Amino acid sequence: MNKMIRFLPLVLVIALGVVLYRGLSLNPQDMPSALVGKVMPEFSLTTLNNANKLVSKTDLAGDIILLNVWATWCPTCKYEHPYLLDISKNAQLSPYVKLYGLNYKDDRLAAKQWLTTYEDPYQFSIFDEEGTLGLDLGVFGAPETFVIDHHGIIRKRFAGAIDTRVWRKEFEPLIKQLISEKQQGK
Amino acid sequence: MLNKIIVIMLMSIIAIFTSDIANASPVDTFEFKDEVTKVRFQALSKELRCPKCQNQNLADSNSPIAADLRRELYELLQQGKADSEVVDFMVNRYGEFVLYRPRVSNVTYILWFGPALLILIGVIVVIVIIRKKPVSEENLALSAEQQEKLKQLLSERVDDSSPSTSVSAKADKE
Repeated sequence: MNKMIRFLPLVLVIALGVVLYRGLSLNPQDMPSALVGKVMPEFSLTTLNNANKLVSKTDLAGDIILLNVWATWCPTCKYEHPYLLDISKNAQLSPYVKLYGLNYKDDRLAAKQWLTTYEDPYQFSIFDEEGTLGLDLGVFGAPETFVIDHHGIIRKRFAGAIDTRVWRKEFEPLIKQLISEKQQGK
Repeated sequence: MLNKIIVIMLMSIIAIFTSDIANASPVDTFEFKDEVTKVRFQALSKELRCPKCQNQNLADSNSPIAADLRRELYELLQQGKADSEVVDFMVNRYGEFVLYRPRVSNVTYILWFGPALLILIGVIVVIVIIRKKPVSEENLALSAEQQEKLKQLLSERVDDSSPSTSVSAKADKE
């Protein structure tokens, strides 16, 4: 018994080391969104391309909605852009998944220019100059991407850029699950 | 000597004040409807964490999201919302993360009660160690059998050879 106790500090230190080592590989920015599992908040904002056209939640149509928060002031959004184009052109996804933009705290002209220059992957972009919808969605930066299911429930929030690796790891399994949920009539 | 001390004290006082000035916290120009609202605003913006920054409160942070949230906080308070409503508003959007004083829930039990538990464990360990009986004299003394063996070993050594006499003599003394 006494001999066992002698090893207790060693065991404790090793356990502590394991915990701290694990902490090194955790991303502190990676926070669960408070909105996962909740209904997409209501909004009434203009679209980016038409300052006179108001859109609301009901205008976001599609079995699975991807809502991508972007802005021209955000360098990572530029990195992400080609991958968003890929998603919007993906023939396997397009019957189910619709990509919408949320242009967050941006300049309308600059944002329009951006979409002409780099091509527009979105069905349309909501123009959120004041960041009101962003606030209701708990957005704290760009880019961020929300996955909304066919019941209008937010199923995922991802902060950071989407690329092939992130898409495979973070989005593809959920998209598949949502498609099968829809087909089963859940 | 006294002069020197006074000079040093004056210098440190000046240092404290200037460092306060150099510490550039963001400045907003909000006009509050009354003094109480202002105090509540200040308290809440210290209590709420900026979601983008890892360890700054809303009052401290220069990030755009913190500025937005301060404005939102101001507007909520001007509308006459209670503190708990404001906190709920923030938590509903940004999660428990924004609270510097997290609520007691099964996720935060370890935060709230962990330290007390550790202290308790420490106290118990100390008590156990203190109350442990010291090793008694009887246990330390050699048994008759051991005594016999010791004598035998010592005498063997003495008989053995002359160079070791000094060692055995020492052992005898012990």
